[in-house]
Amino acid sequence: MTRTLTHLDRLEAEAIHIMREVVAEAERPVMLYSIGKDSAVMLHLAKKAFYPAPPPFPLLHVDTTWKFQDMYALRQKAADEAGMELHVWQNPEAKERGINPFDHGPLHTDMWKTEGLKQALDHYGFDAAFGGARRDEEKSRAKERIFSFRSASHGWDPKNQRPELWNLYNARKHKGEGIRVFPISNWTELDIWQYIQQEEIEIVPLYFAAPRPTYVWDGQLFMADDLERLERVLGRKLETTKRSIRFRTLGCFPLTGAVESEAATLTDVIRETLLTTTSERQGRVIDKDAGDASMEKKKQEGYF
Amino acid sequence: MTRPAYTPEAQIAEDIEGYLASHRDKDLLRFITCGSVDDGKSTLIGRLLYDSKMIFDDQLSALEADSKRVGTQGQEIDFALLVDGLAAEREQGITIDVAYRFFTTEKRKFIVADCPGHEQYTRNMVTGASTADLAVILIDARKGVLVQTRRHSYLCHLLGIRHFVLAVNKLDLVDYSQDRFDEIVADYAEFARSIGIADFTAIPISGFKGDNITALSANTPWYAGPVLIDHLETVSLDRAEQQAAPLRLPVQWVNRPNLDFRGFAGQIASGTVKPGDAVRVLPSGRTTTVSRVVTLGGDLEQAVAGESVTLTFADEIDCSRGDVIAAADAPPEVADQFEATLVWMDDQPLIPGRGYWLKLGTQSVSATVQPPKYAINVNTLDRLAAKTLDLNAIGVAELSTDKPIVFEPYAQSKALGGFILIDKLTNRTVAAGMLNFSLRRAQNVHWQPTDITREDHAALKNQKPRVLWFTGLSGSGKSTIANAVEKRLNLMNRHTFLLDGDNVRHGLNKDLGFTEADRIENIRRVGEVARLMADAGLIVLTAFISPFRAERDMVRAMLPEGEFIEIFVDTPLEVAEARDVKGLYKKARSGALKNFTGVDSPYEAPEHPEIRVNTVEMTVDEAADAIIRAILPLK
Repeated sequence: MTRTLTHLDRLEAEAIHIMREVVAEAERPVMLYSIGKDSAVMLHLAKKAFYPAPPPFPLLHVDTTWKFQDMYALRQKAADEAGMELHVWQNPEAKERGINPFDHGPLHTDMWKTEGLKQALDHYGFDAAFGGARRDEEKSRAKERIFSFRSASHGWDPKNQRPELWNLYNARKHKGEGIRVFPISNWTELDIWQYIQQEEIEIVPLYFAAPRPTYVWDGQLFMADDLERLERVLGRKLETTKRSIRFRTLGCFPLTGAVESEAATLTDVIRETLLTTTSERQGRVIDKDAGDASMEKKKQEGYF
Repeated sequence: MTRPAYTPEAQIAEDIEGYLASHRDKDLLRFITCGSVDDGKSTLIGRLLYDSKMIFDDQLSALEADSKRVGTQGQEIDFALLVDGLAAEREQGITIDVAYRFFTTEKRKFIVADCPGHEQYTRNMVTGASTADLAVILIDARKGVLVQTRRHSYLCHLLGIRHFVLAVNKLDLVDYSQDRFDEIVADYAEFARSIGIADFTAIPISGFKGDNITALSANTPWYAGPVLIDHLETVSLDRAEQQAAPLRLPVQWVNRPNLDFRGFAGQIASGTVKPGDAVRVLPSGRTTTVSRVVTLGGDLEQAVAGESVTLTFADEIDCSRGDVIAAADAPPEVADQFEATLVWMDDQPLIPGRGYWLKLGTQSVSATVQPPKYAINVNTLDRLAAKTLDLNAIGVAELSTDKPIVFEPYAQSKALGGFILIDKLTNRTVAAGMLNFSLRRAQNVHWQPTDITREDHAALKNQKPRVLWFTGLSGSGKSTIANAVEKRLNLMNRHTFLLDGDNVRHGLNKDLGFTEADRIENIRRVGEVARLMADAGLIVLTAFISPFRAERDMVRAMLPEGEFIEIFVDTPLEVAEARDVKGLYKKARSGALKNFTGVDSPYEAPEHPEIRVNTVEMTVDEAADAIIRAILPLK
């Protein structure tokens, strides 16, 4: 009798296949772990792919020191539960110069994330890095391969990508070159939510609405996650208001816009996602830096 | 503009649980859209995304602004801007890569491969078609069936797509004429039959106006349906057929967390598997039974085609990455020579005889391709004589692998019949291929075992056989040094033979010239002869420019570990050219001699030669002595 696989079954099988190919062909793979919902799904898929063995690679968090407290709380716990080693990397130069999102604008992302990631990959000698990027997130992502090659200086050349046919991935590379691998390329935001629900995956509580201290900056709503630090960096008092908010994506708290919401359960969140009229990345300040081609430009510079 | 609501917002708002339950079991359809910018392809995809509510308000307002600024539709929304992603494409107004789009309706989820249509993007279309269940062939109603329509249909059919939709677009521009539609359908039907497309569904549409995309259009009262979305939602996929086929599970990875567990992980290509099933592991052919289908959520009673699983066996048998677990009573074939159809995807053309990495399923082997039997003109489908295949060329050729692989003809199995070729130097994916069948000579020629082994030959001569492979530029001193080394070995009572480049070209290889393909064949033959001589127990010395790393590695792979000694006679080009013992550099510089290494043909120096001799600093005798020292002891 024929059993029909659902779209989630197929997406899961594809992602697991990709992860196993990398483990079979790369020398030192690593999984980039940002503690967000996509990372949570990636980690769960890795557990499934290699069960009963723990995933045969470590996790790497490229930290900016500006993440939400709830994210830091989940980080080690998730790694321990998966039986995986966790590396945390904070760009020492950014740390020394006290780079922050308020005083340094785009430099904040560039130094902590783009440079930090390059440093960490070079430092540990990782030659393949799993990332949770999805093709539905942004226009130039729609054309990125699942196995995306980076030169020894971590650059991406969109005009010179390897063709990917069937489920055959060419993982061969020269010494010093690296691969970024995106096993959930073909997932949409809704797929992620449905999968989290189906598999009962633990995610950071910030995805669910709760009363939280907020402030408004440049017309957008933010959470005052570490008020003392915010005020210290800004050099003035911030006026905060308690509002019921949640987040559709998680990053640095001063850069991640919140939405006002009452969606306190997973089902509520999914309902809101289905009915929403703005895109997921809209709350992210980072995409709007350079107009139209902003993400493509960032990736050519080595951003994930 | 009003949005037809695929997403029943009322139900979501009021009964989210019910809505989610009904959507958990949606299937996934992957399709490809074929057509050029002018056919309105991006507009159609933009329309599908828009109509299925995959475009959010912030994207929509950006789109409206962009449409006014750079759009081609006046004040109306230019849907094409939604899908043309890369900055370069937006500037040039063309689509140059494969982009993947996602949308969902109440019945199915869809992944669309959006591919460029021009002939120079054949490789992109082939890439998109490789994973598609269905092809939407777009035709501009004003233009009818064009050369490119044929090309797109042929490529999709070649890649094994079974479901075709002929979307006759821009019907609004021919006054929704039924006659025009019928005429185009009749034209296409004749062509489709000629290339073996059994069936297709023709739909009159306007991507721009939205006719017959989601609902029957009042503008085409003569058309009874189906509309595009309905057809995409209901077309039957070949899942049952896939599951009914015999089990094929290419092993990706062996899972050994501890001594008590040994699991074999992979994605099931066809068939089903459950505990107790008798299976055969290929190419070894050993049989066992499946004991468990292991997952994180508990063991499965059965797994089916498409799932990624981990199996354990009742017996401890050899099984590793590259092996295929198959139904014991219906195993696939194993062979090392094939006829294949190749789509060339690299700027550097096919070099017949050159070794490429071939990846098929989870198997990676070295393969060489013969000169093509013919190439196919993708516009006329005529067969053309061809010596090689250039970027975007499609041809049929024989190929052989350095060891047998488990396969099925592509028509039966995409997973065990589709492969890629990888350049060993650049690591680029240079071709996609489809195995048509194995060559019978591979099945009927067997290795005849002999009683006197190569060890017996070597023991009698009291020496360990070797191949001392001298490589370097013309005039570097290979022959002179090899000769000096052989004289020393001869004095030491060793049995040797020197194969010299010029001498071999007087006999064995006198039919070969100096093109890249001929030079590769030259080295292949010399390698085979050197191997026979080493089998006979001799110490073989060869003096050939042998400029390509790939061929030197090919010879290395023919011999047992440690018997191939690569000796790099390292002489800078200026020095070799200044010597110019045979006057060849002079000829080459004047243009009288073509394909001369170092002048108009490359020399790829060895990266890790066993021995390197520097002829600028060393005399011939010093070099010969150094080599002898390096290869001692000789037993």
